[in-house]
Amino acid sequence: MKSENKELVLEARNLGITFGGLKAVDNFCLKIGKSELVGLIGPNGAGKTTVFNMLTGVYQPTEGSFYLNGERMNGKKTHQVVEAGIARTFQNIRLFKKMTVVENVKAAMNMHMHYGLLASFFRLPSYFREEEEIDRKARELLAVVHLEDKADYIAENLPYGQQRRLEIARALATGMKVLLLDEPAAGMNPTETAELLDIINVIRNQFQISVLLIEHDMSLVMKICERIQVIDYGVTIASGTPEEIANNPRVIEAYLGKEDEEGEEIC
Amino acid sequence: MSKDKRISYLINLAGICVMFVLFVLLFESGALGSRTSYIKGICTTACYTIVMVTSLNLLTGFMGEFSLGHAGFMSVGAYASSIVTGFLGNYGLPPVLLFIIALLVGGLAAAVTGVAVGIPALRLRGDYLCIVTVAFAEIIRVAFCNFEITGGGMTLSGIAKLSNFYWCFWATVICVTLMYMYVRSRYGRTVVAIREDYIAAAASGINVTYYKVLTFTISAFFAGIGGAMYAHFMTAMIPTNFNFMYSAEFLTEVIIGGTGSLTGSIIGAAFLSALPELMRQFSTYRMLAYSVVLVIVMIFKPGGIFGTYEFSLTRALRKLKNGELSAKKKSTGGNVHEE
Repeated sequence: MKSENKELVLEARNLGITFGGLKAVDNFCLKIGKSELVGLIGPNGAGKTTVFNMLTGVYQPTEGSFYLNGERMNGKKTHQVVEAGIARTFQNIRLFKKMTVVENVKAAMNMHMHYGLLASFFRLPSYFREEEEIDRKARELLAVVHLEDKADYIAENLPYGQQRRLEIARALATGMKVLLLDEPAAGMNPTETAELLDIINVIRNQFQISVLLIEHDMSLVMKICERIQVIDYGVTIASGTPEEIANNPRVIEAYLGKEDEEGEEIC
Repeated sequence: MSKDKRISYLINLAGICVMFVLFVLLFESGALGSRTSYIKGICTTACYTIVMVTSLNLLTGFMGEFSLGHAGFMSVGAYASSIVTGFLGNYGLPPVLLFIIALLVGGLAAAVTGVAVGIPALRLRGDYLCIVTVAFAEIIRVAFCNFEITGGGMTLSGIAKLSNFYWCFWATVICVTLMYMYVRSRYGRTVVAIREDYIAAAASGINVTYYKVLTFTISAFFAGIGGAMYAHFMTAMIPTNFNFMYSAEFLTEVIIGGTGSLTGSIIGAAFLSALPELMRQFSTYRMLAYSVVLVIVMIFKPGGIFGTYEFSLTRALRKLKNGELSAKKKSTGGNVHEE
């Protein structure tokens, strides 16, 4: 497997979570190497977003643990996980709607800024130095997602596809090592999807960032993922290269249902 | 960029000085005759109201959390400062120094209370937080009604008359400037991000609770300063002055002026604190008119009169220079705004 040749970045070992009596995710294992792209697929309600929520500290896993560059991340709050290097985008876009595009990116850089309250109250030199630097950096990141000319627009006025890209830029601004993309291509037209693919490639090659991708667009997943992991009812049912997954009977069953079962129902 | 900003700060400082000189001329020339001290009093009232309302706007406008307990912080500042100036009064300190000490003590006492209330309360959001702030203000009021040092429910009188208009003017300018600087820094950006979407803010590496408590504390600090100005202007007070209605009044002024606009808060506060006095002869219909104004503003401008617009002296001057004489020029209470 490819990941074994590469430096391991994110590892989940037997991750599980129980809500009340319901096991939403059970025994979830994952290894992602540096700048690797892994797809996470499964039918609706399979627990994909729950996995994301565990990996970003929104939910605390009730079993197992996960590691970023060997550091155990359990019990950390979301902002600490982000600081350590796991950032995400959301299935239903969550931007800072009333802020400008560039301010959205700057907000995510807050943890890299160091000037204190006094510097902001009295406009000490450190304020000007850091603000100027961050403005430059934010605009550079916007260029990566092709939004540099939209920098001063209000975020909510952007079209859908650009909002998705802004969310990626904002995640990039945190300086993360692993990016979790939750259905980034949902609702995009083919041109926008193609653009998104380019951006994902740039992120991986230029920034050396690993990506874990949830996506329902199978052609997209099959095209770009190096490995795919399939979950259903919270349990991993298959894992492997796109070709292996496409021909795996359990995956086909999970998506389309069992053939003979349906036959019985008709009888 | 930074050079432009610095020039803009100087222009605004000059603008404020001009305004101050105008006020001095107005009051010292005797143009107002026997009404001078009355109008000065109204202006001083406007000063501490401005500080109160802008500080509440930090919470309501920028952080997006409603507080109906701001008078509680005000009373903490008012009582703490007047107790301290009561002790220090006999040492023959110059009044200016005493005034500054009073403001700082008031601010710090309220800030400490702000941390104490904020840490448990800011786990809540929206309606729930609002109820907690109401409860806090009530607790403070009842406590002050029972402590001996605060007069135990009786009027605490004999507070040194330190708040004159000129000092209050500068205190207000400094407070509003500091709050403006806070809002236009990484802190303000973070706080607005939290208002917009706290989940996304956390996912962008922002420690939501920390910044909320910090902003709450800063807001309480300035409310305490407002309280100190109030106490040393009124020279006598009773805990029931700081009741729920007083908090609600501040919130109304924030919303009327514009949530998320410090300009709006300044003008809203100045206007609404002068309005009751101006309408004294119609005292019967005063509250009726006030309510009608509120309803009308909320229907036609739900974001408040100014929305999130900030007045910028630099921008206005530039427009004037470019021959756009239509540039709206406003000059009311401490317009310290850069672009």
